[in-house]
Parts: sequence; structure tokens; C-alpha cells
Amino acid sequence: MNSLLNAARPPVLCPGCTHERITHSLDQAFQNMGLAGHQIVIVSDIGCSGLFDTFFHTHAMHGLHGRALTYAAGLKMARPEINVIVTMGDGGQGIGGAHLLAACRRNLDLTLLILNNFNFGMTGGQFSATTPPEAQLGSGFLSALERPLDICKVARCAGAPYVRRCSGFQKNLAEQIQDAIEYEGFALMDIWGICPGRYTKKNRLTPKMIDDALAKLPTMDGVVSENVRPEYGQHYRQLAAAQKKVSAPAVIEPQFTAPQTGRQEVILLGSAGQRVITAGELLCIAGLTAGMKTTQKNEYNITVLRGPSISELILSPQEINYTGIETPNVVVALDQEGVDRRRGLFERMTPKALIIQISGVNVPTSKARIHHVDLRALGVKRPDWALASLAVLAKLQQIITPQMLEAALKIRFKSNALDASLKLVKQVTTGKAA
Amino acid sequence: MAYSLLEGNEAIARGAVAAGCRFFAGYPITPATTIYHNMLNLLPPLGGICLQGEDEIASIGFCLGASMAGMKVMTATSGPGISLYSENLSFAIGSEIPIVIVDVQRLGPSTGSATRGADGDINFLRWGSSGGLPVIVLAPVDVQDCFTLTLQAFNLAEEFRCPVFLASNKEIGMTRESIDLQKVATPGIVERSAAPSNQPLLPFGVDPGQQVPNFLPIGNKVLVRQTSSTHGADGYITTDSAAIARNQERLENKLLSAINRFSFHEHYSIKHTDTLLIAYGVSARAAKAVFKAQKRRGKPISLLVLKTLWPVPENVIQQAARDARRIVVVEMNLGQYIREIKRILPQKQVDFCGQMDGRLITPARITEAVDHE
Ligand code: SF4
Repeated sequence: MNSLLNAARPPVLCPGCTHERITHSLDQAFQNMGLAGHQIVIVSDIGCSGLFDTFFHTHAMHGLHGRALTYAAGLKMARPEINVIVTMGDGGQGIGGAHLLAACRRNLDLTLLILNNFNFGMTGGQFSATTPPEAQLGSGFLSALERPLDICKVARCAGAPYVRRCSGFQKNLAEQIQDAIEYEGFALMDIWGICPGRYTKKNRLTPKMIDDALAKLPTMDGVVSENVRPEYGQHYRQLAAAQKKVSAPAVIEPQFTAPQTGRQEVILLGSAGQRVITAGELLCIAGLTAGMKTTQKNEYNITVLRGPSISELILSPQEINYTGIETPNVVVALDQEGVDRRRGLFERMTPKALIIQISGVNVPTSKARIHHVDLRALGVKRPDWALASLAVLAKLQQIITPQMLEAALKIRFKSNALDASLKLVKQVTTGKAA
Repeated sequence: MAYSLLEGNEAIARGAVAAGCRFFAGYPITPATTIYHNMLNLLPPLGGICLQGEDEIASIGFCLGASMAGMKVMTATSGPGISLYSENLSFAIGSEIPIVIVDVQRLGPSTGSATRGADGDINFLRWGSSGGLPVIVLAPVDVQDCFTLTLQAFNLAEEFRCPVFLASNKEIGMTRESIDLQKVATPGIVERSAAPSNQPLLPFGVDPGQQVPNFLPIGNKVLVRQTSSTHGADGYITTDSAAIARNQERLENKLLSAINRFSFHEHYSIKHTDTLLIAYGVSARAAKAVFKAQKRRGKPISLLVLKTLWPVPENVIQQAARDARRIVVVEMNLGQYIREIKRILPQKQVDFCGQMDGRLITPARITEAVDHE
């Protein structure tokens, strides 16, 4: 097989830079595997390691510092058949730390070569996540303050199934790279090297010293047996294939006539846990069964099970523009929190308007008629209050009819939930406690 | 006439799928999360891919990779996520990677209020990238726009090879609304134009008169180079200032010169009216209510609803404003797009009606602004 090196663009690295050896070893690995350029994409980021994509006749994607793993993930998911090789330096590893951890956890079939030379070469030798504290670098005393990261240990803890630490001067580097590429899963190589352009200007580092340092560390030589598991892409496709197709949105045929003809505005003032939003949706669906246009605008706090929950519902034969409600036809006072959030509303209510006041909730004075309902006495539990209030509206022939509500429940709910909701509505409309 | 009940976010997800989007990556954030949920339900059964990134940077990064592999891609977030998209946004602009980005805006600044709406990112979407080159921003008004503008967004992203934003709002994305899906007019589907697959590719090469380079995906026989660095037609770093200048101009002109083709808007014009109301997004709904009410009151005004915000549809604005003495601009922020209106219409009186407190601008408030100069 021929070399995939780009003869027109020979490496432009400082003399003695380990990156050059790695370039040739990577090329050798490609040759050993018999790969053609189009079967490979080299994804790189910023820094001297970011030049790698230009050295080869392969597909290439060169992007922002530390983000190479993210582009690689998109490429690999979209084109599972290509070999995705990611190169980054210790700098890219540091800034893209979250992506490295996620790649280890995800186990997508990518090969990550970290060209670890203990400093930022291109920008002038600042300290990186792997700089030893005693190093003399462009970032002055700051590099003495931080502890270097053991990339391999971290990768192992994060779940990488293949982790190898080695020297860029190693004789069998090409075979080791090939082994990593051939591994079906996320394979990380932490390749230690020398940066004569920056690092060794003030710090002594030789291939021998790298070997000695590596010898003192626990070996990381490829497959991490406790992390071996299905490859993400294959696993994804397997689980995805089992997902059920989602049907098109339900089309609701008009079959009833709404009890009031014009535009109707309803506000449900409740609190989290009362299923106010679901009740609002049901009211809208009920409106659709009468051929009305509807909107549902909701307001709630970001806290899930606390705070007010408000739903503003408009049903209208005409186009609905503004979705807020200034002078409602009906206010359902389900909970004090909701009422207090919208106190200003009540003084605008007209004598024709209606308030459904659930016992225990105080409402500000207004001109509106008030209809009291004691849901506790009816044995209705709090999470059902909003739905129960729709049953009250239906019974009063306000906004919706019992038929519209029943049809809405049948559209929105299935099996047990449907039975329970129909039962609840009956309980409220007949006024019989369960 | 039979309606379905959809929230804006679901309509965006369904529009994306209808446009041929088969790759979505996102990170949970209110009020955009339900787009992700919908895509997660919709895509896998279709053989598509839906991923949750470790953060927003990863989400958009996944999308850029998949787009370069030839897929139609979308991501969705809100203001805090748009901030994190910025570096990759510049990448997509400068390196011509098609992507649709939904910003379901929430009240800012910063983490702001997750469940309150605003249109506070309108200028940020345009200017929040390094280099200052243009992007396309479309602004839906209702659930129907969420569907159709998403289709348009994909078409534009494919045709112009650029990021296209949908500037939605909590008050559109999380509001449910009736929609007659049968009646929704959908545009034809556009695909990025392919380069010949039997000869080497100049990934950023354009023929004379051509403004958008042809595309081939990473992974096919012909080698493709993509780079975030300043590049020549061959996709390698260049220092040729003439080539650089030509490329930058092309990146700007490919959008600016075509804006008349995608200046989506609605213009409700009444002859001899003194005032033109200009609105976009959810506030356009209140503006339309005011337009109707003023007509009933015998004090008619005209209304221009902008659905393409960037590049600025200058012709549409100039024509709509031609006979008006006074313009009132309605925005759910402290006055962002009004700067463009003032720039385009220096001879007109341009007044502002805005608010940024998490509440919708009411028709009453707009009426007051219209009535009182
Ligand atoms: S600066 Fe360092 S890493 Fe960069 S090319 Fe020179 S020696 Fe290699």
C-alpha cells in the first residue's frame, strides 16, 4: 500500500519535534492496514497537532481548540464505516476535558491520539494540563501551582475501553497505533514527546527520560478489560431500531357545537401538582371538537413540584392573535398560589364573567359571579382538581359541554388513565362522592 | 377544517423531519427541551440520529461533523446555549457548514428566567460570532410558522451553506395552538448542490458567478477537506490576502445579494394611514390584534410583520414604510431591531414600544404607543 502522506505539504514542524515521528508512524499504520485515503478522516483542532490533517491525503476536518472529539462523534455516527482519527495536544485535551470524559463514557469507535508534549507549543510554551510543576515555561510561576493530570488514569476511570500510554520514540509505534485504530470502540493513546521549539528550551527532556518516566507509571497498554462493552454507534442503532414510530398529530374533527358562540377566555389559576397544564390541553382539545381555534399559554416557575401553575386558554371561532388574557370570561381558582400571582386580574372581570372557586381558595373581590365547589367533599384528590374543574364547567354548560369534555378525554387518554378520568368527571357532574 | 393541537416546539421538530433532517443533537434547556424530546421520539424510528451532548458545545460540534458527512442537522437551545455555540457558529459561517439552530428565547441576560419569554437575543444571533459575517435569522409568529419556517430554514441552510437561526420564544415554543395541518403550505425541499463525484474537489471553489461552493460529504470516494482556518479554495490555510478578501466578500454577498428571495413577511397595508407598526415574533400577534382593533375604531394603521430578520430585508421595510409618516417598532426587549429600522428609514419618525420583563406586550400597550406620540 502507498503512503498517504501529502507530498505537496510535508510536515512543517520544528526540527526534532516528536510530532514528525508520530506523523510517519500514523502513515505506516495506515499502510499496514491497507487503508485508502477516503476510508479515513483525520479530525484535528488547534495547536501544532492541529496541522496533522494537512499532512495526509485523507478526508479532513480541522476545527476549534478542544472540540475535535465532538466533530468526530458527529462524523462517526453519520458514517460508521469510516476510520475516524482524532489528533489533539495536551492543550486540546485540557480545554476539551468535558468532551474527553464524555468520549470515554460513550465508547464511540474513534481513535484519539493525544500528542502530549507537556506545554502549549504554538502559543509560546504556556503550561498545559500535563505540565510537571517544576517546568520552566512561558506562564512563569503559574505552572508550579497546578498538578499535572494523568490522562490515562482519568480515561480509565471515565470508562475508556482502550487506553495506551507510550513514547513517541517507541520503535513499534506504528503497530501500536494500528492496534488502537483496529479496536472497535473508543481508543485513546497518550503519546509522550518532545517539543524542541518551546519546552526543551529551558527544560531537559530526552527520549531516555521519557522512557524512565513511563517505566515508573503503571502500564497502560491497550484494552481495559473492565471497561469493555458494546460500541456506542452499534448499540445506538440496535436500540434505535426497536423504537416505535411516532404517529402524526391527532386531527380532531369538529362534531359538537360549543355552548357559547363567540371568543371565550379561561384562566386556570392553580399550583404545581394539580395537573393544570394537562387540564388546559384538555380544554383546548374539547374546543377543537367544536371546531373552535384554541391557544394555551402557560406560566409556571422552573421548580417542578412547587409554585404557581397557570394556564391561559382561548377558544374562538376567529383567528386568535394575542395569546394572553386581560378580561377572562371564566377564572378557575384552584390554588392560592395561582390566584395570588394574578390578583390584578379580578378587578377587570365583568358581571357576566364567572369564577369557579374551589373551597379553601380565597379570591379578591370582583364583579364576577362566583360558583363554589367543594372538591374535597366530593372526595377528589388534589392532583385531579384541575380536571375536576373542567367537569364543573361542562356541567354548567360554560365554554364546553359534557360531550366535548368526554370526547377530549378519549382523544388525550388511553386505557386506565381514560377510565379514571371518565370516572372522575362522572363523580363531579353527578355530585356523588367516590 | 379539522385542527390538531401542537406546541411551537413540536411543530419545529415535525417541520425539521419533513425537511429531511435526520440528525439532531441538543442539551436540555428550558424552554427548548421539548424540541429535543420530540426529535428523540421522531428520529430513531426513521433511522435518524438524536444525541444529547455533554454540553452545548458538544451538541453543535456533533451537528457540524454530521453535516459535513452530508446529513441535514439541527440543534436547539436558549440564550445560555447560544452563548456556548458562538465559537462553532463562527466555524459554520466561515467554513460554510449547513445547520439549523433554534433559539427558543428566554428572558436574559445570562441564565435569566427559564420559563419567561423575551426576544432579547435578536442582535446576539446576528452579531454573536467572530468575524461579523452575516447569518440568516427567521422569526416565527405562531405554530404554523414554526412548521413552515423550519422547512424554509433547512432549505436556506442547504442552498447557502450557512447557519440559519429560528428565533423562537418561550411564548411560541411552549404555547399550544390549533393548526390545520392540511392547509399548511409547504415549500419544496432543497438539497445542497453536489460537486461532481468523479474528479478531485476544491471544497471552497466557486465558478465565476457562483456564490456557494458545491458540496461533497466527508466519507465518499472524493477526498473532502474542511477547516476552521482562513482557507483558499482548496481548503488549506492561505495567506494570499487577495484570495482571503474575495472569500470574505463572497461569504457576505452570498446572503446579502439574495435577501429579496427570502424576505419572509406579512404586510397589512391600508391606504393613507399615517402609522406603520413593525413587529416580529410573538409580539406580532398583539400587533395584529391592534391592527384589527384600530380598523374597527376607524383609526386604521398599517402593519408589517417581519419573519426574516437577518439579513435585514431592507426593500420590504422601505416599501412598507413608503407612505407612512411614523413607524412604531414593537419588540420584547429594550430596543434592538429598531436600530436597523432607524438606519434604513432615517427620514421617518421611528418610535419604540418595548418591554423586557418576562410578560407579553399587551395590545393595550401597543395601542397606547400608537395613539400617543
Ligand atoms: S512548537 Fe513544539 S510542538 Fe510545535 S512544531 Fe515546534 S517542537 Fe513541535
